[in-house]
Amino acid sequence: MPLITYRKALNDALAEEIMRDENVVLLGEEVARYNGAYKVTEGLWERFGDKRVVDTPISEAGFIGMGIGASMLGIRPVMELMFWSFAYVAWDQIINNAGQVRYMSGGLINCPIVIRGPANGGTNVGATHSHTPENFIANTPGLKVVCPATAYDAKGLMKTAIRDNDPVCVMENTLLYGESWEVPEEEYTIPLGVADIKREGTDVSLIAHGRAVITALKAAEILAAEHGINAEVLDLRSIRPLDEEAIMKTVCKTHRAVLVDENKPFCGVSAQISSMIMEQCFDELDAPVQRVCALDAPAIYSPALEPIQLPTAQRIIAKTLQIL
Amino acid sequence: MPSPTEDEVAVDPVDFSKAEVNANLTPDEKMGILRQMLRIRRFEQVSLKYYNQGAMGGFLHLYIGQEAVAVGTVSLLGKNDHVITAYRDHGHALAVGMGMNECMAELLGKATGCSRGKGGSMHFFAPDKNYWGGHGIVGGQTPLGLGLAYGLKYHGLKGCALCFMGDGAVNQGAYHESLNLAALWKLPVVYIIENNKYSMGTTLDRSSAMRNCLAERADGYGIVWDIANGEDLYEVRAKTANAMRRAHEQSLPTVLEIDTYRYYGHSVADANAKKYRAADEIERYKTHHDPIRLWKKRLLEEGVTTDAAMDAMDDEIKLEANASAEFALASENPSPESIFEDVYWEVDNQTEAGNTGRHFFGD
Repeated sequence: MPLITYRKALNDALAEEIMRDENVVLLGEEVARYNGAYKVTEGLWERFGDKRVVDTPISEAGFIGMGIGASMLGIRPVMELMFWSFAYVAWDQIINNAGQVRYMSGGLINCPIVIRGPANGGTNVGATHSHTPENFIANTPGLKVVCPATAYDAKGLMKTAIRDNDPVCVMENTLLYGESWEVPEEEYTIPLGVADIKREGTDVSLIAHGRAVITALKAAEILAAEHGINAEVLDLRSIRPLDEEAIMKTVCKTHRAVLVDENKPFCGVSAQISSMIMEQCFDELDAPVQRVCALDAPAIYSPALEPIQLPTAQRIIAKTLQIL
Repeated sequence: MPSPTEDEVAVDPVDFSKAEVNANLTPDEKMGILRQMLRIRRFEQVSLKYYNQGAMGGFLHLYIGQEAVAVGTVSLLGKNDHVITAYRDHGHALAVGMGMNECMAELLGKATGCSRGKGGSMHFFAPDKNYWGGHGIVGGQTPLGLGLAYGLKYHGLKGCALCFMGDGAVNQGAYHESLNLAALWKLPVVYIIENNKYSMGTTLDRSSAMRNCLAERADGYGIVWDIANGEDLYEVRAKTANAMRRAHEQSLPTVLEIDTYRYYGHSVADANAKKYRAADEIERYKTHHDPIRLWKKRLLEEGVTTDAAMDAMDDEIKLEANASAEFALASENPSPESIFEDVYWEVDNQTEAGNTGRHFFGD
């Protein structure tokens, strides 16, 4: 199976869907002639032309809202936010229009849009460019949100997101764009709402999404090598819809859970997961659920400090050792 | 002065009845216009009565006084022309042909409402009639209107989107972003500013900086603009027809500011005349500028109809409005289970995607 980057996997997904459905159109800042600020859309404008790959001005509320309106007439816009942090200037469009219009119309309308782009800290760009709003999106019934951790998942989830008839927010990660994974050449899709066990284990469940999955896998290797602990790593992949069954299954198997989350702790995704485990698996737990989140302050710029603000393998190991 | 363009259709500046789009109107069509304006007024008067009795919750933003704008513009729509507006949406809804029953039932939050009781007064929709709402956030619908135009152009259809907004919306950023994109990409959208002089309780002069009028701001984007007197239905139609022609023939946007006036407050809950405008101002509009009164006068002058015929029509419409209240009152409330319907298309349609993973969460 060929090794390809997370970036290329997304690029392939976009290209395949453009070819599959004439209503798919990519819109965003620098996505066409510049080839994408992070090169996710590299070569697509050259291949598919002005109609299918469209450079927008720096005008997120305008073009995201426009895409939502166009989707009501059957267009399937895939709109890039150069950073998900920029979503906040389009928040009314995303939350009120994409998220609520189906409900407000009593089901007469649906918005088959994808809003995609990187949502991560860790690149020394300061607090305004380092937001991880998957918890905000997941807090809005009407929207869906996925956070792929590997190239394989990124491609499969992106293709499904584009085919979905509801608004789907795809949160990528600039630190993963250049990383490579095995991706099959034949076509495949990955359903939303299906988690994936990235490492089988028996002693503790590390439950994560996005790049935190990669951090959890590193922690699991160290736990095995240095502490003789066999950790299972569950990748949620999709936050809403959520694979609740997979979460409860792994917790019932290992009886211990450490939730790893690049969200801030207060009302972060892991807070919801923790509550659900407590409600549904209380008797299965041999220890309190632990959480490893971003340290609870705005994302710091300092290259020396930012790496420790995000969940690290060391912090995951420390929390794991507290309950084993 | 409005910026004239080569594609502008010459119209008599005094009498817009001679504009081609009006000169061709049949007596039946003229009576149809009266009927639609009366439907809006009588529907809203009945809705006000029930609002005041406590039969509905939330806000009720009445359109009364502005009827010629919605009816005049919507009367021009063809198959591929679309409408979207803000929260003062009853007039446009009835003008596009929505039934009073489903609208009144929506006001009462009933299962038979146009949005199954989920939207309320501010959120009426009828996609089958090219009517895309009904949006509650000031200016929030302006990019959506642009998107309808984008969709039309993408599909290669000769149509346009009429995107209505109030004078209070012109200072929202989303509107300016939309104007830029509309001009940049030559999208067939017509932004219609219904200038009723008040953004809630704030007068125009206290809310908006401008040179001569709000539409003129479009000059900065290179967008053709115009102003119209909203009490003159012929003028509304003539100027909207120009804008629509520009959209259809050249795929270009227009900003059309239509002067109008609302008799009631921003919403019924608003202090209205007691706080921010004088009662005699409202009376002056009702007496001298009322669009229905002026249209009736026109129809009599033109010999299209008689007072008796118009009264008979009005009586019939009052019955229709009262019947819609009876229908709404007799309708069932939505079921508690329906709270979780109409959130996700995939769930509602019980697709594999809709059945995979958990979409709703308990407390």
